[in-house]
Order: sequence, then structure tokens, then C-alpha cells
Amino acid sequence: MRIDDILETVSTPSRREFLKTSGRLVVGFTAAAHAAPLVPLAGAQTGAVQGAGPYPDPDFHQLDSWIVIHQDNTATFYVGKTDLGQGTGTAFRQIMSDELDMAFERTTCIMGHTDLTVDQGGSGGSDALQVDGWPMRRVAAEARRVLLDMGSTHFGVPVDRLAVSDGVITVKADPSKQVTYGELIGGRRFGVTLTGRNINETTGIATLKPVQEMKYVGTSPQRDDIPAKVNGTAKWAVDAKVPGMLHARNVKPPVAGASVVRIDESSVRGMPGFVAVVREGNYVAVVCEREEQAIAAARRLQVNWRTPATAPFPASEDLFAYMRGTKPTRTLDPQANGDIEAALAGAAVRLEAEYEVPFQGHTSIGPAHAMADPSNGQLTIYSNDMKSYGLRSGIAEFLGIPREKVRVLWLHGPQAYGRTAADDAGFEAAYLAQKLGRPVRVQWMRDEEHAWDTKGPAYLVKLRGGLDARGNLVALDYEARAADYCHLGYNEHDTVLIAQLTGRQRQEAAEGGASAPSDTYVVPNRRSLMHVVSLPLVWETPLRTGNLRDPNGPQATFAGESFIDELAAEAKVDPVEFRLRLLTGQMNGVGRVLSDLPDDAGFRRARSIACVKAAAEAYGWRPRPSPGPRGGGDLLAGRGFAYAYRNQTVVAQIAEVEVNRRTGRVWVKRLVCAHDCGLVVNPQALRHTVENAMLHSISRALHEEVTFDTEKVTTVDWRTSPTLTHLDTPERIDVVLVNGDPNPNRPDLPHYGAGEAACKPLIAAIANAIYDATGARIRRVPFRPQRVVAALEAVRV
Amino acid sequence: MANLTLSVNGQRRTVDVDPATPLLYVLRNDLDLHGPRFGCGLGQCGACTVLIGGTATRSCVTPVSAVKGEVTTLDGLAKDGKLHPVQQAWIDEQVPACGYCQNGQMLTAVSLLQRNPRPTDAQIREAMAPVLCRCFTYYRIQAAIKRAAGAAQTV
Ligand code: FES
Ligand code: FES
Repeated sequence: MRIDDILETVSTPSRREFLKTSGRLVVGFTAAAHAAPLVPLAGAQTGAVQGAGPYPDPDFHQLDSWIVIHQDNTATFYVGKTDLGQGTGTAFRQIMSDELDMAFERTTCIMGHTDLTVDQGGSGGSDALQVDGWPMRRVAAEARRVLLDMGSTHFGVPVDRLAVSDGVITVKADPSKQVTYGELIGGRRFGVTLTGRNINETTGIATLKPVQEMKYVGTSPQRDDIPAKVNGTAKWAVDAKVPGMLHARNVKPPVAGASVVRIDESSVRGMPGFVAVVREGNYVAVVCEREEQAIAAARRLQVNWRTPATAPFPASEDLFAYMRGTKPTRTLDPQANGDIEAALAGAAVRLEAEYEVPFQGHTSIGPAHAMADPSNGQLTIYSNDMKSYGLRSGIAEFLGIPREKVRVLWLHGPQAYGRTAADDAGFEAAYLAQKLGRPVRVQWMRDEEHAWDTKGPAYLVKLRGGLDARGNLVALDYEARAADYCHLGYNEHDTVLIAQLTGRQRQEAAEGGASAPSDTYVVPNRRSLMHVVSLPLVWETPLRTGNLRDPNGPQATFAGESFIDELAAEAKVDPVEFRLRLLTGQMNGVGRVLSDLPDDAGFRRARSIACVKAAAEAYGWRPRPSPGPRGGGDLLAGRGFAYAYRNQTVVAQIAEVEVNRRTGRVWVKRLVCAHDCGLVVNPQALRHTVENAMLHSISRALHEEVTFDTEKVTTVDWRTSPTLTHLDTPERIDVVLVNGDPNPNRPDLPHYGAGEAACKPLIAAIANAIYDATGARIRRVPFRPQRVVAALEAVRV
Repeated sequence: MANLTLSVNGQRRTVDVDPATPLLYVLRNDLDLHGPRFGCGLGQCGACTVLIGGTATRSCVTPVSAVKGEVTTLDGLAKDGKLHPVQQAWIDEQVPACGYCQNGQMLTAVSLLQRNPRPTDAQIREAMAPVLCRCFTYYRIQAAIKRAAGAAQTV
């Protein structure tokens, strides 16, 4: 059953009628009409474009805000998360159906509508199950408890004499006596108040089920969002449309930091459908009746821009020299143990290497967009922004209107793995709608998305290592510089792009951050030092950083795990064996380095070891040092290993590559990932998420780089900015799900985060595989053919 | 503006637009067919793909006045309430992530299988290469195409 059908059967009966009679689908508004009868509907049933509001926050202390049971014994879950296409919505239904004891097929889940669902912040950080899954489980368990109490009253039998399954309560002694949840409460309120200091702590008094009693957790029902995405009926933010809606397109500064001198509105005034040019500071947009008219007018508009006196940034080919030479704006407290300099000085072999990762973009397949409707003095935003709640608050603050008068309806959208320009487009649509007093839809153009979307920070990492005479790693020094000054948060009213361009940005830019690899290796002398550097232009620049899928992990881990491989090669030890020695703290001829590991460290390390071994086994890894024996033909084959730890999740990955020594093309032919994120809710959805995350990493390893001259970004479309294609797809991918808890008294782990961890190690695994195949070490991302050929020539391959 | 008549998903539809308007905007905004989506407007990504006379075509660079032949969009691919084998394979393989690109992936696959019902792996890669996915679902897409090709054989 499609989710929409479910919604239609469980929600307002007027919806189907409405769809039939309205002639065209008024998307988004119909989403509001999905609302269950018990949630304030803001006039949605009336068929008006938008209800009068206001839109108060649903109270997370009310059970009724989370779960509605309908008379036909179906249930609707209201959660404050969004699903970016990884199956989290389906997973929420699984955990909540289990705790509620309701048949999974009879449930549906509504997500991310600020006036209908409690504020769980939307999505981000791969914490949907790790953090937000817990209140969902507890409220569902509480609803079950309350329903069993009602059943007890209904039959005049104590609760312990009742059984419940699939929303049907049965008297154990007389199974003919049955009552459904729907019959007990359908269409009425629970009226139960929950406790907990914040939304994550929300709880009733019921206890949670042990995992062994869960029926849906651990199984793979098909994702409920997929059928509608396949048959064309899914509701997308990009489709949002209401009567009287206008289309807007931005006109961005052609050069970073340029300011508007003059706009010649007459250049577009006579164009068909022209409505307005909107300008404030350096923010410029053109608004027309039709979409193609707005596109044409935005292209035609004559704007005189003043170029800034000094260059906003170095050209991309000079970026790393600049990062090396500039003074850091921030240095984080070092993480250190032992005496790094003394250990390096005393080492038998010292190794040093520098790694470079350029800026890389989200570069969404669908440029940023949003629609805002200002009717009735309220503001409704239709957006795919993964943090709809933050978007709501940010827009209210930016426009100076009460939060209660703003709501955000979350709808499907193109990939959003972090802080994308969906934030910026949401503010722009709201701003234009308020200004013009009409609904406005904005979508960025392709060049705009490529150039101005937020970027993952560029990294320059220097590593030094020391081996003793037996090949043991005794010293490891990591020093990173990340071009991350003025890192943008989510939906901040004073850093979002339109705030910058209209001169309303905050005084102090965010200081930005940098990371070290997150392994659990035991190295007796170790230091990690991280700096942030700034480009010359801080605001109104397309080189703005924001979270991109595991924000610093791929960069830091590329350097860290490449260098571990270099050390293993230097020690002439198999790369997996070398890592296992570091994880177990075993050293050649020395015994254990650390005997008293704190419990959590031991636990994390034990799970790491289990994952490393599981990956090697699934691959059929035969121990030998890298590089391997080199074949004679054009195609050189090799395998590479890398591992990482992230927020309790362990990932060990193996890439097998084929390097064409003539053309420099690298094909990642086979991938293995051993993944331990604790309790797995939906194995199939998880596997696919991990596969896709790994392919994203291949794209970043082989293809992606934001390039720029000293004025502007020069990667502005899919020709200038290569991405992974079908041609690059691996022949085989094995994802091994490991539940590595070594404690036999604890048969299951909690649910940890999953997706982003899988992005961490793969770039390093590919670099290590290229080295294994060719003996050439590539320390600069991406590994494009030219760079590979040059590296091969350098070692005469 | 001019009145233009198109045949879309088996129906004749008349629209009053500038003849140079890309077909994409007519389908999406005038006919409310939301299968094709804007990705680049440059013919580089495939998100806007429709079938014209059975051939996968990029509607973002096709002026509406240049359309000759029946237009099929994702919305019209299912026949008599039954999903096209390619759509069914997409569900069976649980292909989409965000799903934004999948219109172009499915329609390009339909067009490929019409030309070549039993494509080799290399032919699948080659034919699908111009259709981009930034959630990187390529592995499952290729599995789904093989599944659909198998299903088409047994029909
Ligand atoms: S939108 Fe038409 S090819 Fe990209
Ligand atoms: S599924 Fe998201 S772009 Fe392809």
C-alpha cells in the first residue's frame, strides 16, 4: 500500500474529494490535509490555500502528539525527523510498531511538518535511530501500556491475563474475547502526559521490549517511500504549487564579493510575465509569472557589479600553497599521549608525508528550491530541507515575524547529506513571498548550485611516524589545516546566504573546525594537532563551508589511513595485520602496550577488531605486504584496506582496484564493507545506504574537486565538474553487518548511527589499493587520470 | 504565446505558451506531470527525461514546439494500473534513495530495453552513463535493469 493511500484511509475523508475536485494537485497543502483529526489543523479542511494559523508547536509531553490510533485499528506516528531517502521513516515505523504491538502494515508515519509533528530537529548526523529512536520507542511502549489498561477495564481482567498482538487484545483464558486498539480508543485522545526534561528524554512509565521480543526490528520490509517515487505520485517540494504562485530566479554576483552598482530594470521590464526585480544590498532576484520567464529574465537583467579591490581567494591550483603559508585563525587543543618528539627522534625509521583534499561540494542533482505562501498573514514554506524546524525558526527570526506564524512542510527532495543550499533557498522564497505578498517559488540554476552550494572544507594534512627496529609504530604525529573558517550552521538567520548578500550577517564569523582520524589504535606516543585557516574573503563568497556528509571524516581519514598504510609498507607488514597489531596493542617482541584499557575503550576496540576481521574474511584477504606483485599488461590490480570509528559505529572497508597504466583510469571493481552500527533495524535499507555512501566516496576519491580562479568558482556544470557515473560502478559490493558486542551477557547493542560512518574510510582504501597495484602513492584527492599517470611516471611504472 | 497541442500519456493536451518554452516546464507547470524534474537545464544529467515516440529525450532542452510524437512521462508509464516491468524491478530491487534522478534512470532504462531487450553489463553501463545520480544508486539500478530484462524475456 502506498503511503498516500494509507494516509487517505486514516486521515480526513475530505482529502480524496479535495484532490478530485481541485482539478490540479495542490501539493503541500494536501500534505497538510493528511493531518490526523486530533492535531490542530490550521483550517486545512476548509480547502483554503492556507489556514489562518497560528501554528503552535505540538507538545511533545502529550502522547497524542506522537501517536493517533484510528477506529479502523490503524495507527499514525508523528515524528519530528525527515527521511532523505535512506528508509528512516520505514525504520521508525518498525521500532514503533514493535513497541506498540501494532501490525506494521497498519501504520504510517508523518515526518517533519513543523505544525503537525513534534520538534526532533529534523535530520542530520546519522542520529535518527541512535538518538531520536529512543523517545519514539518509549512513547509507543507507553501507548501500548495505556491500551492494555483500557483492555483490562473493558474485560474486567487484570493486564497480566491479557495478550496483545497486531493491535488486538485477547483474554488469554478465553481467546474468543478480543478487542482491537481501534475499538478501545479509535478517534479519541489518549490524554496522557509524558515526562522528561527534553524531547530526547520523553518517556511514559512503560518499559521497553527486549530486542528478542521484537518482530519487525531486524527484518527488511520494503521502504514505504519507494513505490510513490517509482510510479510518479510522490510529493516533492519541487512540485509545490498554489494558486497565484510566482516564480523567482536569483541573479548572483558574477565575482565573489562584488557589489551592485546599478540595476537597469528596463532590460527586463517588457518581458512576458515580468513581475518584479527585487534587490536589497547585493541580493538580486527576478520574479515572473512563469518559470521559464523568470529564467529568461534573470539571464537578461543588466546589473553593473563592482569587483572587489583584492582577490577573494587564491586560484584552486594555488590553494594548498596558500593554506600552508597562511597563519591559522584557530588552533584546537592538541590530543596527545607520550612524548612525540622524543619518540620520533629515537625511532629507527622515520616517515613523513603530506596529503591534500580540495573543496568538494554537495552538488545536489536537483538545485536548491522552496516555495513560500504568505496568504492569511501567515507563512507556509514547502521545503525538502532536512531540518524543517530550524528552517522555521530561522525564517521567523530573519523576517521578524513570530514563530507561530511560520510553518514548514517537509516534502521529498534531492539528496541532502548535510547543510545544503536548501536552507538558503527556503529563506529566499520566504523573503520574496513576504516582500511581494504572493506565493513565490524559487529554484537555483545549475551553475548557481555548483558554484554557491556549501562545500566540505579543503584539508592539508602533514603526518610523521616513527617505527622501531622491529617495525612497531612508536610515534604518530598528525597535523591538519582545514580551510573551514566561517563554517555555516544550519538555517542561521545571520549566516544564510541572503543574510550575507543583504548585509545582515553576524559580526563574528564561526571559527570553524578540523578533525583527526577517529580510530582506536594504540600508539604509545601520539599527537593530533588541528588548525583552521581562512580564505581572504569570509562573507558573500561561493567558497563557504558547511557540513557535507560526515563533515571532516573523509578528509582526515584519507590522510590518517593512507599514512598507516605507508607505515605498514615501510615495516613490510600486511596492512590488515599492521592494523590489528595497533588495535590489540600487541607489538612485535614487546607485548601489550596498554594493559589497563578503560572499559569503553576496550569495548570500542573489540568491536573494531571484529569489523576489521570480518571485512578481511568476506574479501578473502591473503596476508602480504603492499605493494603486491605487479602484472605485465595495461591493467594493474590491487587491494586496499581502511578502517574508521564514528560515534560508536565501526566501519572497515576494502577496495579492489584496476588501474590502467596507460590512461591513468582507476576502476574500483570490488568493495567490501564490514559495518557495525549496533542493533540493525532494517538490514536491506541499511545495506543500500552503505552501498550508496561508499559510491559517494568513490566519486569524491576519483572525480570531485571544486575549482576556481581568483574571482569565481569555475566548476559550474556537469562538464566542468565530473562526478561518478554508471561506468564507474563496482562489479560487486559486499556489505557485512557485524554486531560485534563481545559481552555475552548483552546479546544486543543499542541502535547507533549508520550512514555517514560509511563515508569515512573509503577514499583511503582506494589510495591504498592504487599503491598496492602500482607502488605509486597518491596523496592528493581526486585521483583523476592525469594525476595517476604522473604518479606512475614518478615511480617508473 | 501560441496554442500548441501535444499528445501526452495517451491524451491530447492543448497549452498556450511561448513555442520556445522547454517541454519540461510545460509538462510540470501546465500539465502538472511531475515525473520529469529540473536538474541542470543543459541536457547533462537526465533528470528531465521523457519518452518521445519511445525514445528517451531530455525535455529541458527540447522546445515544446519541436515535439513530434507521443510523449510518455513517468506518470504515464504504468498501463491499466499495472506498473511497467522496469518500475516493478525498481521496487523489487529497492533502488531509489532520494529518488530525484530516478525518473530519468527508469525512462532511459525503458528506452534501452526497447532497443535492446537483453543488454550486456557493458551495454547497460554505456547506455546509462549519461544519467547522473548524486545519491549514487548505480549499483542497484544496474541490478534492476538486469532484473527487468529477465522479466521482459519471460513475458
Ligand atoms: S535537467 Fe535536463 S538533462 Fe539535466
Ligand atoms: S536517488 Fe537521489 S539522485 Fe539518484
